[in-house]
Amino acid sequence: MTQSIVVHVGQCGNQIGCRFWDLALREHAHVNKEGLYDEALGSFFRNVDSREINGGACAVGGRIQQLKARAVLVDMEEGVVNKILQGPLREMFDSTQLLTDVSGSGNNWAVGHMTYGSVYREQIVDKLRKAAEHCDCLQCFFLIHSMGGGTGSGLGTKVLSLLNEEFPDVCRIVSSIYPSAEDDVVTSPYNSVLAMMELTEHAHCVMPVENQSLVEIVNKIKQMSHTRRPESVIRGDSAVISGQGGLSGTEKPFDAMNNIVANLLLNITSSARFDGSLNMDLNEIAMNLVPFPRLHYLLPSLTPLYTLADVSVPTRRLDQMFSDAFSKDHQLIRANPKRGLYLACALMVRGNVQMSDLRRNIERLKPSLPFVSWNQEGWKTGLCSVPPVGHSHSLLALANNTCVMSTFMELRERFTKLYRKKAHLHHYLHVEGMEQSLFSEAVGSLSSLIEEYHLLDATKGKLMPDAPRLCIAR
Amino acid sequence: MSIVTVQLGQCGNQVGPELFDVISRDALQGEKNAFGAAVRERFFHQTSRGELVARAVLVDMEPKVINHSVSRAAKSGVWRYGDASRFSEKQGSGNNWANGYCVHGPRHRDVVEELVRREVERCDRLAGLMAVMSVAGGTGSGVGTYVTQCLRDTYPRSFILNHLTWPYGTGEVIVQNYNSVLTLAHLYQLSDAILVHENDTVHRICSRLLNIQHISFADVNRVIAHQLASVLQPALAADSRGVYGRNPLGELAGALSCHPEYKLLSVCTTPQVPSSSMAYSTFSWPSLLKHLRQMLISNTKMEEGIDWQVRPPAGSERTGSLLRSGFNRSLANLLILRGKDVYSAETGGFEEPALYTSWLPSEEAFSSWKSPVPFNKYEKCATLVSNSQALLRPLDDMVGKAWNMFASRAYLHQYMTFGISEEDFLDSFTSIEQVISSYSQLH
Repeated sequence: MTQSIVVHVGQCGNQIGCRFWDLALREHAHVNKEGLYDEALGSFFRNVDSREINGGACAVGGRIQQLKARAVLVDMEEGVVNKILQGPLREMFDSTQLLTDVSGSGNNWAVGHMTYGSVYREQIVDKLRKAAEHCDCLQCFFLIHSMGGGTGSGLGTKVLSLLNEEFPDVCRIVSSIYPSAEDDVVTSPYNSVLAMMELTEHAHCVMPVENQSLVEIVNKIKQMSHTRRPESVIRGDSAVISGQGGLSGTEKPFDAMNNIVANLLLNITSSARFDGSLNMDLNEIAMNLVPFPRLHYLLPSLTPLYTLADVSVPTRRLDQMFSDAFSKDHQLIRANPKRGLYLACALMVRGNVQMSDLRRNIERLKPSLPFVSWNQEGWKTGLCSVPPVGHSHSLLALANNTCVMSTFMELRERFTKLYRKKAHLHHYLHVEGMEQSLFSEAVGSLSSLIEEYHLLDATKGKLMPDAPRLCIAR
Repeated sequence: MSIVTVQLGQCGNQVGPELFDVISRDALQGEKNAFGAAVRERFFHQTSRGELVARAVLVDMEPKVINHSVSRAAKSGVWRYGDASRFSEKQGSGNNWANGYCVHGPRHRDVVEELVRREVERCDRLAGLMAVMSVAGGTGSGVGTYVTQCLRDTYPRSFILNHLTWPYGTGEVIVQNYNSVLTLAHLYQLSDAILVHENDTVHRICSRLLNIQHISFADVNRVIAHQLASVLQPALAADSRGVYGRNPLGELAGALSCHPEYKLLSVCTTPQVPSSSMAYSTFSWPSLLKHLRQMLISNTKMEEGIDWQVRPPAGSERTGSLLRSGFNRSLANLLILRGKDVYSAETGGFEEPALYTSWLPSEEAFSSWKSPVPFNKYEKCATLVSNSQALLRPLDDMVGKAWNMFASRAYLHQYMTFGISEEDFLDSFTSIEQVISSYSQLH
């Protein structure tokens, strides 16, 4: 079994990270009834006996002594990380996994990427290396960060390029929180576009998530739970936004939204951790969903959002679950997939769903989903037998769809609005190592990415002739 | 003589245990007679305590499936895998043929060869090697191809049969067509016979004939195991004078793959009924054989939905065309009959020259084996292994889709990272187009 390391950078990254570890513990506690440190736990946690002299790493198969998360936490101000260290999850992290500073990055990508990036380069590489050494077979780095700020965006992408340099063979999967249009950070378009250039270069897969979509999902669930109809009472721990059953007691404001992203990461790794009739490893995701190296932006969508408490309600839910995954209400970014062209799509199913159910639903949905001409049957499927907490089955759909270019075009527009007036530019140019050409490079990279998506999208609806086959002389 | 099975990748390691399950049940039944002894010698070796240990090597790049298969076998109480017959790595091949063939295969060559050597040495006489794998993924296809190459180098005079599972047409893996083309092109040079099962076909058998509501991979694998076992279990050739065939793979290859351009074999079994209806069903050889013959000619794999209008063309119309009247021309056929009154079965319908190509006399083209021992709870069972145009359409579709994808250069960077170039792809496409051309022009 392989291990994965989660790196969270910046305020947003660390808050999501905190929720992720809480929910991961909850999920494993649900499945692992005997308290043995098994392979599945080993993919995210180390088992450490702190009474031992040499640091006490325990092998798989023994009882759980103390679980340490395979994580590296980076933040340029201490508030969030300190809160984690004072909360119920403090035992899971030790000081070798943390990197903090006091003054923050001032919402400035250049400060995060260049200033802190060079100052802390050695330390970051060191901590990553230490975490990697604890792993038997490291398969994947998960990076969680936001795009709009300074640390998550700037230092986060620096960490990404360091991962590319130091561990080129290890898969890099990034969850990036994109700012909504009404974001309160004025310079978020600059930060996001500068970060995009790095993501396009150095990441294997990026899963963009928009705050606005998370807000809408949270509202939908809250609305559902406030109705008085008895048959629509939701099971407390099942909602994708709920942290119930985890360690942390009271819910903090962004927790509901962050839980969604945490659930996304849990679902993606479920097939690599648990058994199933059709296993899907993490390296298979990049292989199947990324037809061209730069076009690696995957739209995630999670269903179901909650289970009803009353189990006697008949389950028409299975087919409904598949249909929902392709509606834009369940997507974690706001682009409309039906307007774009699918380049590839992965369905990761958890729980007791049979292969024939999966096939039937693919057949049913295929006619309404436009796929690119050379990948008409571009489906990758995985069946994991362990469902998430509170559900009997769930589905994560990851789609490589050209509609993501509309998100990027909006981002470019917001960038151009600011850049035209050279607003706030001096904050960036004051930073050592930062030049104005970097801005034009970044927007150029974004434009060419949009163009690549656009070229593929333009083939939509057109009947592309089959390429002429090789002729064999008789 | 014994067959050593190499199970490769997730599919191979899920089909393998089902196969040994079916075979071991027969081994137990014929406790004291020659049939049981032949089964045991062919597929198992017996420990000093009388346990049946499968003559198999399990190879996969990640451990979950092998763990599951080994523990399941042990729980059966009837047979198990050898304790040291398995090899698994921690991280899979990521559905990437190049990763399997260029990286994992060579890296673990020595270990795998050693495991196979140990199994082979446990056999008194080696009948041949069988590799069980899928073509859609990364390990079964890539590592499987590499391992087949190693086996060919190490055992140049042994027969090698590759059993392939072809994926559903509507995607299990997005790059499955690339992986399939690369696998088939390479295996064609290495293997003596390539026996194919298609998931789509087996799925239809499960839903229409066996009436299974929610079909799982276990159901599909059970059907594949039933059909494969009905081919490999001991049987008597026409001139064998009561001794069970000692060279099954060699005889199979000799009967069916008589020309290096033509190695693709498909299997068809009848009857296939749900176990709940078996007690109420009676079968007669004439009926079974008549259906089987029409299934061959019209290229249907099930008793249901046979097109009885398809007829072999009259002597003067021998032109080979893929679309002509739906008639499936055969190169060679092997009919295997098992069960009651098997010697009274009339197989003349399969010997008509009109079914076959003109350049092979029908006495050479048709062979039959018989066994009076009933197989897998069926009182009578007829299996047809054919080298015919049956796989032409699915192969053509597979290549067409792969070629379209190749033309837009999609996913190629993933293969190039591990050492497979566009040239390699083109070579593979050329080989398979040659195979397609040969089969379509069969007349």
